[in-house]
Amino acid sequence: MPLNWKAGGFLLGLVFFLAVLLVKPIGVSTQFVILDGILGDVVNAELVTQTDEGYTSTNAYLAKSNGKYAKSVANPLNYSFVFVLAMALGGFVSMRLRGGMDAVERSVPALWRANFGNSQLLRYAATFLGGFIVLYGARLAGGCTSGHMMSGMMQTALSGYIFAAGAFAAAVPVSLMLFKKEA
Amino acid sequence: MMSIILALVIGAGFGAVLDRVGASNPTYIGKMLNLTNLNLAKSIMLAIGTGSVLMFGGQMLGLVDVGHMSVKTAYFGVFLGGIMLGTGWALAGYCPGTGVVAAASGRKDALFFIAGGLFGAAAYMLTYPSWKASGFLDAVAGGKVTLGTVPGAKYDGLTTLPGDLVGLLLGAVFIVIAFALPERIIRPEPTVEPAE
Repeated sequence: MPLNWKAGGFLLGLVFFLAVLLVKPIGVSTQFVILDGILGDVVNAELVTQTDEGYTSTNAYLAKSNGKYAKSVANPLNYSFVFVLAMALGGFVSMRLRGGMDAVERSVPALWRANFGNSQLLRYAATFLGGFIVLYGARLAGGCTSGHMMSGMMQTALSGYIFAAGAFAAAVPVSLMLFKKEA
Repeated sequence: MMSIILALVIGAGFGAVLDRVGASNPTYIGKMLNLTNLNLAKSIMLAIGTGSVLMFGGQMLGLVDVGHMSVKTAYFGVFLGGIMLGTGWALAGYCPGTGVVAAASGRKDALFFIAGGLFGAAAYMLTYPSWKASGFLDAVAGGKVTLGTVPGAKYDGLTTLPGDLVGLLLGAVFIVIAFALPERIIRPEPTVEPAE
């Protein structure tokens, strides 16, 4: 069972506030690009290269904004990348502390089971496809649920409102179509 | 070094709270998006409101550095990308951050989400030049703007209203909406009794 919404919401808000108080607003999806860059640079060492002014890349996206992303790829031990690794650690410890979850739920969550059955293959295919669309969309938008929706709307950023409008305009109808049976 | 310690502490805290509010559980995301259990939506609204009130309130009291704000550019692709993200979010039940937390908490399907995400991000990296050329990434309505004009911020305002007050007020509105939202909007189908 999750925390009640008031305690959970307040704690979540506190984390977003602490991030902007101490460092900068929270964001996650850029780090998928950074990890892609790190993996790509292992395969092809020419992908990210050092210049007199900093870093650049043969990939136009990594090279944009004076090689901001290329620099992070070359130096993965930076705030934003470590932040996402730490999120994984926090999620792991939190789940351990509340006793873990059963084997069925680990592969196929309850609401999906109620609507589409126990097939792991179907569930894994759906999450792979979902992940592809989510990250392609997040990079097109320049941020995700954390960076645009939460951090953005919290700062009254116009872009955050535009993003949230698009995200919910799609997410609610798709969810209504997919999940008709309750778990 | 200090920034790495902060990344570890705030990141771990964020991951743990996402797990505790149920945001990394696709069943709770699904129930929120199909409008049958809005508790998570209430948490998210309260979080945005709380963050906003603390940040803008802190700025007005001079306790929070306005320079820490980071406002993203508004362009048409933000809406289009939002639609794509919303579609995948509803299908998988994960967004980038909660997918990472879910995988770490033991969900195997979230590993496939992350793998798909790495391919999706790579696909965007390869197609970025065409998006750039299409004009979909060109700033609209001033680009990096806040709804009001925040004193001391490096961003312009969409309006000349005092941005810190606007932020405080909108934060309060989010908190009120969090409390006012019903627990569910869609009612379960009434079970039809077989005719005698």
